[in-house]
Amino acid sequence: MGFLDLEGVQKVYGQNTVVQNFNLSIARGEFVSFLGPSGCGKTTTLRMIAGFEVPTAGTIRIDGRDVTDLKPNQRNVGMVFQSYALFPNLTAAENVAFGLRVAGQPREAIRKRVEEMLSIIKLPQLGDRYPYQLSGGQQQRVALARALAVSPAVLLLDEPLSALDAKIRVSLRQEIRSLQRELGITTVYVTHDQEEALSMSDRIVVMSEGRMEQVGTPFDIYNYPATRFVASFVGTLNIMDAKIVDPLSGRLAIDGQEVVSTRGMNGVRAGETRPIALRPEAITIDGGGDDRNRMEGTIEEVAFLGAVVRIRVRFGENAVWLDTFNNPGVAPPARGSKATVSFGRSDLLLLEAEAR
Amino acid sequence: MSRQAEIAAAVPVMRRERRLSWAWLGVGPFFLFALLFLILPTLDLVIGAFQTPDGSFTLDNLARLNQPTIVSAYLISVQVSIASALLGAAAGFFIAYAVVLGKLPKFLRPFVTTFSGVASQFAGIPLAFAFLATLGPTGLVTAWLDQYLGISLRALGFNILSFWGLTITYLYFQIPLMILILMPALDGLRKEWREAASILGASPWQYWRYVALPVLWPSLLGATILLFANAFGAVATAYALTGSSLNIVPILLYAQIRGDVLHDPHLGYALALGMIVITGLANIGYIWLRQRSERWLK
Amino acid sequence: MKSSRFAPWLAIALGAIYFIVPLVATFEFSLRKRRGEYSFDAYAWVFADQRFIESFTYSTVVAIVTIAVGVLLVVPTAYTIRVRLPRLRPVVEFITLMPLVIPAIIIVFGYLRLYNSSSWLPLTSSRRATDLLLVFSYATLALPYMYRAVDTGMRAIDARTLTEAAQSLGASWLTIILRVILPNVRVALLSGAFLTFAIVIGEFTMASLLDRPAFGPYMQNIGANRAYEPSALAVIAFVVTWACMGLIQLFGRGRRFTAIE
Repeated sequence: MGFLDLEGVQKVYGQNTVVQNFNLSIARGEFVSFLGPSGCGKTTTLRMIAGFEVPTAGTIRIDGRDVTDLKPNQRNVGMVFQSYALFPNLTAAENVAFGLRVAGQPREAIRKRVEEMLSIIKLPQLGDRYPYQLSGGQQQRVALARALAVSPAVLLLDEPLSALDAKIRVSLRQEIRSLQRELGITTVYVTHDQEEALSMSDRIVVMSEGRMEQVGTPFDIYNYPATRFVASFVGTLNIMDAKIVDPLSGRLAIDGQEVVSTRGMNGVRAGETRPIALRPEAITIDGGGDDRNRMEGTIEEVAFLGAVVRIRVRFGENAVWLDTFNNPGVAPPARGSKATVSFGRSDLLLLEAEAR
Repeated sequence: MSRQAEIAAAVPVMRRERRLSWAWLGVGPFFLFALLFLILPTLDLVIGAFQTPDGSFTLDNLARLNQPTIVSAYLISVQVSIASALLGAAAGFFIAYAVVLGKLPKFLRPFVTTFSGVASQFAGIPLAFAFLATLGPTGLVTAWLDQYLGISLRALGFNILSFWGLTITYLYFQIPLMILILMPALDGLRKEWREAASILGASPWQYWRYVALPVLWPSLLGATILLFANAFGAVATAYALTGSSLNIVPILLYAQIRGDVLHDPHLGYALALGMIVITGLANIGYIWLRQRSERWLK
Repeated sequence: MKSSRFAPWLAIALGAIYFIVPLVATFEFSLRKRRGEYSFDAYAWVFADQRFIESFTYSTVVAIVTIAVGVLLVVPTAYTIRVRLPRLRPVVEFITLMPLVIPAIIIVFGYLRLYNSSSWLPLTSSRRATDLLLVFSYATLALPYMYRAVDTGMRAIDARTLTEAAQSLGASWLTIILRVILPNVRVALLSGAFLTFAIVIGEFTMASLLDRPAFGPYMQNIGANRAYEPSALAVIAFVVTWACMGLIQLFGRGRRFTAIE
């Protein structure tokens, strides 16, 4: 049994099953992300842990205690909202103090704790500011401090970074993660941003339409997606139509060019057409030894993204995006020019027939 | 600087000025209208209150306000206005709260909004008629209470032409006005604030005490002052309800202007000044309270 | 969960009783003119009364002129404030709120003193001039509502962006106001207009003190002299007010509209 346990948790609104059969055991100090598109039930699950929603069925336990039917204010859980949700009539310091104040802690203890929290979030001098005088990033840090000030057993974060600018988003996610490690607090993080989930989590729960699709470490989720949904949702995926030439030796043809896959091809017949998936970062331009697949194509589009140059290569019916690192010494290839690309034999992922 | 450059620099300035003067043409009539029909007439009364009939300065008019009828009229007026403003604010708050945050069926809201729009404008003469027909000596409710419950309003000392009669009548437009002002304000209370408070361990009462009420305070305060002014200046309802028999300031002033009582315009100006001072004080009080509690507002 | 809804229902129920009972009572009372049975005699009497028709017509005409004056006054102002002179907004908003705070009786008393027959602008010297003064006084009363309605409408359509778009297409100021802005704030204008109508139609204080033959003073007169007809008048006035608000809702389809924000 873990520190935070969800057993058979289900939420039904009328005819609509929003979350079904959710089972998860989170260890003390673990950082778990719920990842999925909007409407997949991740926020509802989080809100059931917080106590804002009552599960239709199932049990939620925190540190062995059944909290399923407890009110939010009896759970000792901290939460950070997407919209910050700072109380506009209170200063940053008063916001941080709120939980301690309603708990009736002595004034001096509150002052000390608030000071400590404000310095942890690196805003010690901004305690007297009102929320409207703070930037979005600063507001979210105050919200984090407010949630942590009461030393909650579990910290819940509901898309806390999605209202922020890209730069602040990246720096704040590192900050949240290191703070979480430092405090060793059990954390559930809801996001639709796969990059956030991959970079921050100990484990990720990928969700779709109220179901858990896969639970695993970022490495597993990304490299060994269990379902087609996970494969397409996590990372950018090239999907092509391939004609199976010989299932036994793993040979297949994409727009007439033959390649080899070393991944299993159970139950596939020769001559059949199946979708295959290929990650952009698995493909390189030119280069590659004899053990790699090679294909000839035409450069269709070049998008310069800074550190990465994203290139689209067309083979015929099919085309792929591939990522190369920017090299100041070499200009990106011109559109319309011929190119040879290569990718590893184990990088080709055969998908279910209906996948597309 | 070369001459050409000077001209080039001057052209945008000229164009800007010409366009600005057009803009002033848009607001000019408004300011002229406000000056002629709102500000000057009011100022003129204020000046008149300090003048003798031949135009010289005096404090005599104000001194003459200090007679029992007038002082008691001010007292009753202020009492009725405060009572109807506070009761209206409280009742309006509860109804607006019920509609916006009470998890009641959705169809109630547009219905309450429309009805409030109607009732807040259903003031004046017809309102007085309606309450005479309801709580007057031969009114329906008066009759019912007597017939079915054996309660005689008259025996209880209730009279529609009294302080409480007037207050109950005024509530008919005060409550809806409060509802109309408060509903958007209650919409402005974000769900996340309540959730954040509750997950930090606050009880619903603590949430209201520390967050919701302070956030609503400016709207509540402003609306209550508006209700006060609304009742304080109301003439028609009281006049149609009571004729000149109830001694409140607007009625006194009305009679004074009509020349029903001894015709003394300068006492009238002083009466008007008194009303302006009281609504003015109410507003200054509002601004002061608001500034004291609203440092967090942009 | 069920128990937490008890208090809200109670508030609504008490409110409903307080607001509906007087309406029922008034209607019941208005039917009592014929002894021993209910009848519409009181209404028949009112509708047959020449003074009713005259005063109601007079108030209707005044209301329409007031709406025209209000629109002419408020639309250019609200537009200019939104698009060209936003720094004047606090001043204009303060002025538009003044009529809510300064009692009508004070304003009209000021008119009587300032515009008497021997003043520099003798607006009370002739009947026509006094009619005009009454219109202006009503425009003043309706100013808070009219301005708020139009200003909300301007904000909703983002008047500044629309203006810039029209300008970039070469439209003149007049064209912009008439062809772009006005049609887009039509709903807001109608709201303001019906609200103005509801305010003007039964107004008593100003009409009475300016001594104009309006519907308000007529109702007061009937109230002082007759028994059942006042209730009939109250019902009629209520229906008229309800019609105005109903029309606002109808034209404001789907948009939430409140008189004061």
